[in-house]
Amino acid sequence: MRRYFGRKLLTYTLTLFIAATIDWLIPRFMPGDPVYGLMSRMGNNSSPEAAKALSDYYYNLFGLNQPIWQQYLNFWGGLLHGDLGRSVFEHGQPVTDAIMAAVPYTLALLIPAILLSWWAGNSFGALAARRKWLDNTMLPVGYILTATPYMWLGIVLAFVFGFTLKMFPFANSYGLNLEPSFTWLFFTDLVAHWMLPFLSLFLVMFGGWAIGMRNMIIYELDADYSRYLEALGAPQRLVRKYAFRNAMLPQITGLALQLGVIVAGSLVTEIVFSYQGVGLLLFNAIKSEDYFLLQGIFLFVIVGVLAANFLVDIAYVIVDPRTRVGMRGGTA
Amino acid sequence: MSLQVSDLKVYYRTLAGDVKALDGATFSIADKEIMGLAGESGCGKSTLGNSLIRLDGRMRYVGGSVNLDGNELPVWDNQGMNEFRFRDVSVIPQYAMSAMNPTRKIGTMTAELLESRGEKYREIKPELLRRIDLVGLDRDVLGRYPIELSGGMKQRMVMVISTLLDPSLLIADEITSALDVSTQRAVAETLVSFRDHGFVKSMIVITHDVSILYQTADTILIMYAGKLAEKAPTKTIIEGAMHPYTKMLISSLPEVGVRYANKKLSGIPGSPPSLLRPPVGCRFRARCPLAFDKCVEEPPFVKVARDHMAACWKVTGSDA
Repeated sequence: MRRYFGRKLLTYTLTLFIAATIDWLIPRFMPGDPVYGLMSRMGNNSSPEAAKALSDYYYNLFGLNQPIWQQYLNFWGGLLHGDLGRSVFEHGQPVTDAIMAAVPYTLALLIPAILLSWWAGNSFGALAARRKWLDNTMLPVGYILTATPYMWLGIVLAFVFGFTLKMFPFANSYGLNLEPSFTWLFFTDLVAHWMLPFLSLFLVMFGGWAIGMRNMIIYELDADYSRYLEALGAPQRLVRKYAFRNAMLPQITGLALQLGVIVAGSLVTEIVFSYQGVGLLLFNAIKSEDYFLLQGIFLFVIVGVLAANFLVDIAYVIVDPRTRVGMRGGTA
Repeated sequence: MSLQVSDLKVYYRTLAGDVKALDGATFSIADKEIMGLAGESGCGKSTLGNSLIRLDGRMRYVGGSVNLDGNELPVWDNQGMNEFRFRDVSVIPQYAMSAMNPTRKIGTMTAELLESRGEKYREIKPELLRRIDLVGLDRDVLGRYPIELSGGMKQRMVMVISTLLDPSLLIADEITSALDVSTQRAVAETLVSFRDHGFVKSMIVITHDVSILYQTADTILIMYAGKLAEKAPTKTIIEGAMHPYTKMLISSLPEVGVRYANKKLSGIPGSPPSLLRPPVGCRFRARCPLAFDKCVEEPPFVKVARDHMAACWKVTGSDA
């Protein structure tokens, strides 16, 4: 058991190191100069000397005037102290602050969408596998939903429920006339703004989970152990219970992968609804070639994926005895 | 009479039409009898075995009746059969290696299965342990997962589970096919010992391997293309078969002590007919060296000697 987790931990550390290095490299391969971009966005109508002084100040602030190897070492040095650098796009605000301001919105949007769609999709798929009429109606709907791009569904929802029916607002995470505060008014406003992006994510993922579960259940119900139980007259309740439990295994992996990409996962949805989450932040960071913000967000994604995978490794050990056998090096 | 099957017909539904895999089977098995059921692939032997316990989705009951210990088995009614399964009719399936739920401990699975059938696991457990000892497994297999057992161990475990409620009839479907020869012998001996201990009253051992039946079975029933060909005590089938198909089948087996370097083993030329549109009359006609005019009529499966049934005009005489 200890050896198993030791080996896993080593793999994850190595992956983290390589991924972080690539993460550092990629923004620097982008054509263009972030400081130049920043200066031009600020409106550069001062004298050339003043502009030179300002750009020197920025190069110095972001450490971009140092040799590239030094920048790489700085990156790791800062990382180990929990310092991700300063955002070019957010005018020198620390990257951690910029990310932390966006993270609650993304999490509040994605965690309920992923977990609820997972739960509802699996329950519904399992139900569909045993009811013919439900299967016949659910399957096409599920396929259409899962094949729908998030943003397209988002636009349709925004048009129907936001623009036409005026049931929900369809831009920003809260009304721009409000200040974030712990008041009932702000909370209801937040929920109203949250509704449409949530729905667009929920519906698409729901379709995917439901179809996956339905297919898995049908497969498991046809498995040898199911047939054996039926041949020995076991009631359907027991057969279905076993089939459901075993069909859940791949779904758990799927859930983990979803949770891993949680941070960047809703990129397009957040753009469609101008929802101030990490996805929108990432979009802006790319637009303004913000090395540090990009790095920070990607690092966030990397750590998220790795952590989620590690959790699944642990969950698998609990739910699937076959992994436990592999861990002891037992022979099948 | 323990089991009586009369004119049982089970077809497979396919897009092209019904495949008549079991087309009118009439036979009986006595108490304490181990009947071997042999024939080549696709002759309907597994269909016959399955139809006595559970028809799968593609199988369609067409006609006939099955009577076990004086009770009519509702083989056409999947729900109605549940009451009889496990307690009266049980099966050791062809896929014994994968018959146990991979994510449940064997003991837990057994307990859940028994409880779901309204039995008390606690009361049965001492007998379960006794039988685990009997087949030579460790008692701690109950705390293990199927994947931790070897193929032979899984097979024995499934044999113990299947016979736990002392069924009247046990169907062993191709259970030796996936095993190596030494394990085959152990499994065959275990089957016989189950009968001798009274765990099961009678047994149908389905196989395409006649030599395993020689060690196990009291009687052998030979099937060909969905029809019964011949049934007789094992010794009679091996030494004094009457049906031409049985004779050719037996003669295509190698004999111990005979060297085959110079003498080629004889097979049966040709292949079995399609069961989608089987030929009229005797289905072996096209491959039979003895076929004559009368064979366009279907031969009845009748008694030809004491404890000996066959379906062949050459044996019964054309006026039978």
